[in-house]
Amino acid sequence: MTAAAPILSLAWRSILSRGVTALLTVATVAVSVMLFLSVEKARHGARASFENTISGVDLIVGARSSPVNLLLYSVFHIGDATNNITWESYQEVAGAPGVAWTVPISLGDSHRGFRVVGTTGAFFERYQYAGRRPLQFADGEPFEGLFDAVAGATVARQLGYQTGDEIVVAHGAGQVSFIEHDLNPFTITGILAPTGTPVDRSVFVSLEAIEAIHLDGATGRGTARTLAELEAMDLRPDQITAFLVGLDSPVGALRLQRAVNTYPREPLQAIMPGVALSQLWQVVGAAETTLAAVAAFVVLTGLISILIAILTSLNERRREMAILRALGARPAHIFALLVAEAAMLALIGALIGVVLTHGALQLGAPVLEAQYGILIAGLAPGLMDALVVAGVTGAAALLGAFPAWRAYRQSLADGMTIRM
Amino acid sequence: MTRSAAPPSPSSGPAVDLEGVTFGYGRGAPDVLDIPRFTVGPGERVFLKGASGSGKSTLLGLIAGILDARAGSVRVLGEDLSALSAARRDRFRAERIGVIFQMFNLLPWLPAGANIVLPGRFSPARRGDGMAALEADGRRLLARLGLDPEAVWSRPARALSVGQQQRVAAARALIGRPGLILADEPTSALDADSRDAFIALLMEECAASGAALIFVSHDGALARQFDRAEDLAALNRVPPGEAAA
Repeated sequence: MTAAAPILSLAWRSILSRGVTALLTVATVAVSVMLFLSVEKARHGARASFENTISGVDLIVGARSSPVNLLLYSVFHIGDATNNITWESYQEVAGAPGVAWTVPISLGDSHRGFRVVGTTGAFFERYQYAGRRPLQFADGEPFEGLFDAVAGATVARQLGYQTGDEIVVAHGAGQVSFIEHDLNPFTITGILAPTGTPVDRSVFVSLEAIEAIHLDGATGRGTARTLAELEAMDLRPDQITAFLVGLDSPVGALRLQRAVNTYPREPLQAIMPGVALSQLWQVVGAAETTLAAVAAFVVLTGLISILIAILTSLNERRREMAILRALGARPAHIFALLVAEAAMLALIGALIGVVLTHGALQLGAPVLEAQYGILIAGLAPGLMDALVVAGVTGAAALLGAFPAWRAYRQSLADGMTIRM
Repeated sequence: MTRSAAPPSPSSGPAVDLEGVTFGYGRGAPDVLDIPRFTVGPGERVFLKGASGSGKSTLLGLIAGILDARAGSVRVLGEDLSALSAARRDRFRAERIGVIFQMFNLLPWLPAGANIVLPGRFSPARRGDGMAALEADGRRLLARLGLDPEAVWSRPARALSVGQQQRVAAARALIGRPGLILADEPTSALDADSRDAFIALLMEECAASGAALIFVSHDGALARQFDRAEDLAALNRVPPGEAAA
């Protein structure tokens, strides 16, 4: 009944007396916990950011392939479409009952390694990310004229673009393209605010512009026709790559998806972004799990360092144990003393680790949010951190039982004599 | 919690009574002690001469209840230790016995004062009227032992001189008025003058609190200051050299 309090205060004094060793041990635990928490936060942040890539869109429709493939090329701009879909099919789906709006997307060109997305002005109103946040312009406005372009935040930052700059679109999606549509330079009319999504790495132009630069041969330098000539023409495309669909009510999504997937005149496919995103995450997430496992092992290393610190101190502390025994300490007290020391070192280390992690997150919040679209609010201290602290402390107490058991055995064998 | 022993009463029965006690370390190991009879009267101050290796620390371990005799009875302050569980013996020791070692008596990382009241952490009985009262008692003992409590109390034990440490150890052994003090070569680290002064102080304090004292040393010259002197070699039927520690 009198065991706990005196043992805790003794353990604390004992830790204080071995300042440098204790400090280093605590630092090891703190750093390992910080690493583990950072990886965990990054995992959560990355997942949240990934799942926040697109929202407010009920269906994405493209040529029939696999859902993940369609998601990759239409939203993430990774890989190429297996096929295009015809304007007629697009119009038919767009006119289906329950469809509130559609945004066409036409891919295939690039600008210095960044994808060029042909779309309509509706894209900037309809595309949402991170829980229904709309796109915002950091500068300028959506494209108006035929050869106007809107640059994503990363594009503008990396290439140093401002509104009013002229850019040339290249054919194909590669980093280096030999065919540039240099007869038809585009003027940047707007630059988007950072989103942490592939939008940042895209250049947006109108569907008509895409059509225009390919009028005179798909792989040529563009068209030599004058702007007036072009504007007089009907530049409605025959084909697009995919389109986003918003519904009056999300309840109709399944029915429309089924209707699109069984569309008789063309092999079409509709995916629900949320479902496809979580399918994709199952692939991407495996690497994250590995990272978390590595971080967990680092925490284990930190715990083992506590074990080492206590074990190496045991021999020089046999005299202490004998004194404690002579004063009436039970072997259980000796055991508790060492377990308490291990647990205290771990507790302090883990708490410092948590504080450091969240301090760093607060400092890095603006960068994380702007460049990676990771919202710091989702990473606030919570149950997770408490569990890590409790887990690390508990594990240390468990590991501490080993040196404690040795000291217990020693104290039984030594009695009041110390046979060194 | 039941008290493991009656309150100290110096007049009733011997402080220590060993009868037919044998002890050996580990199962099957030979006996290192075989003591037909050894008694210490209440409040008696006994000098026990023993060369190193004669088994004196083992004997003290038995009397303190840290070690458990193989055979025979070990009665200390009226309590039959061989009838008590290990945990009860530990509690008994915390409550009723004060121990002083040869050297390194103190936990180096605790202040002198905290070292002195340490027995109170393990025993409510030793704590008496609470830690505050115990601390007051500790300061009083320090003063009686010739140390300035204010100067010493908060200093870490490792910062004290050996002589100071031994006096702090004596204060710790005496605190809470235990019925029996066990001293294992407590003066071997002291020079002759400090040694005699220390023994005189110890005797005086034991007399004042009515505690019996068993003082073990290899140095027979110290014997004359005590009520009675015994030679462990004569008490122990196991020849010296075969006994360890």
